Amino acid sequence: MSILELNDVHAYYGKIHALKGISLKVEKGEIVTLIGGNGAGKTTTLRTISALMRPTTGSVTFEDESLTRYKPSDLAARGIAMVPEGRGVFARMTVLENLEMGAFHRNDKAGIAQDVEMVYDLFPRLKERRTQLAGTMSGGEQQMLAMGRALMSRPRLLLLDEPSMGLAPVLVEAIFSTVVDINKQGTTVLLVEQNALMALDIASRGYVLQTGEIVLSDDAKALQKNEMIQKVYLGIE
Amino acid sequence: MTGMNWRHVIRTGLLMSLIVLLVSIIGMVETFDERDLVVGYLTLGQLLLFAPALFGGYRTVAREARRSPVSTLLGGLVAGLIVAVPLILLVLLASAWPGIRTYFPNISPALLDILSNGQGATTTGIGLLLLEMGLLGLIGAAIHLVPGALRRPLLTALLITSAVALFSDVPLNIANELLDRSIVRILFGTKGLTLAAAVGAFVISLLLAFWWDRSGRAALNRRQATQSPTQAARNRRIATLALLVVLLILPRILGIFLTNVLDQVGIFILMALGLNIVVGFAGLLDLGYVAFFAIGAYTTALLTSTGDLGLGMSFWVAAPISVAAATLAGIILGIPVLRLRGDYLAIVTLGFGEIIRVLVRSDLLKPVIGGAQGILNIGRPSLGSFELVTPQQFYYLILLGCILAWYIASRLRDGRIGRRWMAMREDEDVAEAVGINLTSTKLLAFSIGASFAGLAGSIFASRIGSAFPNSFELLISINVLAIVIVGGLGSLPGVVVGAFVLVGLPELLREFAEYRLLMYGILLIVMMLVRPEGLWPSAVTRREMHAAEEEAAREGIHPEEVQPIT
Repeated sequence: MSILELNDVHAYYGKIHALKGISLKVEKGEIVTLIGGNGAGKTTTLRTISALMRPTTGSVTFEDESLTRYKPSDLAARGIAMVPEGRGVFARMTVLENLEMGAFHRNDKAGIAQDVEMVYDLFPRLKERRTQLAGTMSGGEQQMLAMGRALMSRPRLLLLDEPSMGLAPVLVEAIFSTVVDINKQGTTVLLVEQNALMALDIASRGYVLQTGEIVLSDDAKALQKNEMIQKVYLGIE
Repeated sequence: MTGMNWRHVIRTGLLMSLIVLLVSIIGMVETFDERDLVVGYLTLGQLLLFAPALFGGYRTVAREARRSPVSTLLGGLVAGLIVAVPLILLVLLASAWPGIRTYFPNISPALLDILSNGQGATTTGIGLLLLEMGLLGLIGAAIHLVPGALRRPLLTALLITSAVALFSDVPLNIANELLDRSIVRILFGTKGLTLAAAVGAFVISLLLAFWWDRSGRAALNRRQATQSPTQAARNRRIATLALLVVLLILPRILGIFLTNVLDQVGIFILMALGLNIVVGFAGLLDLGYVAFFAIGAYTTALLTSTGDLGLGMSFWVAAPISVAAATLAGIILGIPVLRLRGDYLAIVTLGFGEIIRVLVRSDLLKPVIGGAQGILNIGRPSLGSFELVTPQQFYYLILLGCILAWYIASRLRDGRIGRRWMAMREDEDVAEAVGINLTSTKLLAFSIGASFAGLAGSIFASRIGSAFPNSFELLISINVLAIVIVGGLGSLPGVVVGAFVLVGLPELLREFAEYRLLMYGILLIVMMLVRPEGLWPSAVTRREMHAAEEEAAREGIHPEEVQPIT
């Protein structure tokens, strides 16, 4: 059973046809990546999944249930967590308060405390900084916090929008290896990335997006060997 | 003369001279000269002239502390003399060319008299002015030569005495209530303190400040450090109780005039507590807040007025209905602006406020709400046969409203809804991603904020007994917003402090009335430069402002941990 399925999704920004019939599937337990250049429709696809945008036609189903009638704020409780582009942290709250906000719809205190520890295990740096204001941390730390905050809702599906953006290569590697750890603990991941090289390294399958259409989809390994991908996205001549 | 920074001295002098010139040309000096600070010795206008020279002299040394006494004094003297220069030019120019008044109406003979001590553009007049300013600069610099143990108390006492003289209405009214007339006459002249009172205030505050500096503060700190949590909690309870008792007997001490001022402050506190929820807690910039105040006032007016337009109901029935009407209006405004953020939201709310004002004034609605003639004969609140009429009686109603509003606001802030507001203020998208419904969160902020303004409007209308469109201008919105900002966004004590500073003080300084907006502007600019977090910031803001320092401290302790992150 696919955990997430998009079927012929069309979406518009005003008159601009941003998504021209996207169909994709994410199976339970996978890491799937969506790669493509600027303006290809990656973020729009994520916004459509997380109900921030309504598809004009087509369907988005999560665990065999249509998502189109939900509001964005309903999704956390349904098991979908989103880490928006450019870090999503509450700048004037401490690290710990940010994590607690991630569990806002839950009220099992013991479980929340346990999950905070789980996040600290995943990102030891967050534990060191737990009383610091999120806005005063470095970009890498904020990205970690945004991911930790998303995990606090115990999602079955984690949506990551360009986690590598603006980070030093060594940090990108650390973030991506944590994504693999998160996935191993049972969370399905849909990863949107411009950094195709790294994304395909950790993903099991990939979709290539170009001007609102999926032009290619395959196993990650196969995509890495694909000539067009190598040329356009990996910079290999 | 090593380390003498003449550039700094000249710059300070020039800056202060510009200030003096400006306050002279716009007529502040002359207007304020009517008001005595110390009867027969110092007027407010003179203080305005002298303070910059004194402060300039003081500032010449503020940067480099270690210098020889002679060069310190010399720096102050030069800065003081520089302050005098543009004033001298002004005197000479005005006496040579009387036509200047066509362009600057405030450069009057009276002003020239004040500047030249009545001597006009003569050598004596100019010499006196130079002497005065130079001496003041010298004194300002000389403050640095006083040993530190005495300097701080001295400055504190000087500030306190100035404040007492400036706001002498407060001690005067209290003295009138508590003391015998003969004593009052010794302390207060017709328009200010007597010399005896001024000297007395200075000596007393100097002694107190000296004691506080030497041992008082240390003793208090020791006491706080050694007391147990239960003791601390008990002390807090006692303090709260004492505050409540003071609040209850306040009107008896203050007399009618000051209680009236206090009532006005109270109504603004009530409004600002509401706007603080919208702007401070939820981060939604609302510039049309006065609309809800107007709706509350007009609802009460229509329901309780015994005139042609009113229904003659009791205030106690009308007040809850007014609050409900304002709340409903909050929701009605909230729905169309749900999708707007920041500047756009501010503009739409601004428009909403203006629509309400125009509607209230319009001829279309005149048969219903009276148009520009307003509504008269608004009913007073009564308890049985006892009717609330005097400021003192209204004070208790306003106090009750403020305490209620404070309680509600603090409970909401600390509860789940407060968390929702805070998260939304920080980042709407992320708030939605963690499961916060923005629609209900925003509407709650708007409607609760509006309900406070509705209550304030209801009390306001029945206090003054009439409602006119003029009372609900845009300026009220700006006023309330300024209170929230100056006090400290999101801070409840800040709202109270802000209301006293921005509503209470101007009422006490009626000489300032003409310059009120100028003062507002200056205060806001100075605040943003010197204390952007507000006079009494909320815990969150304080934390943010000190985060950088804490970070530096942390790096000092664990430099190796901070290094690897880009």
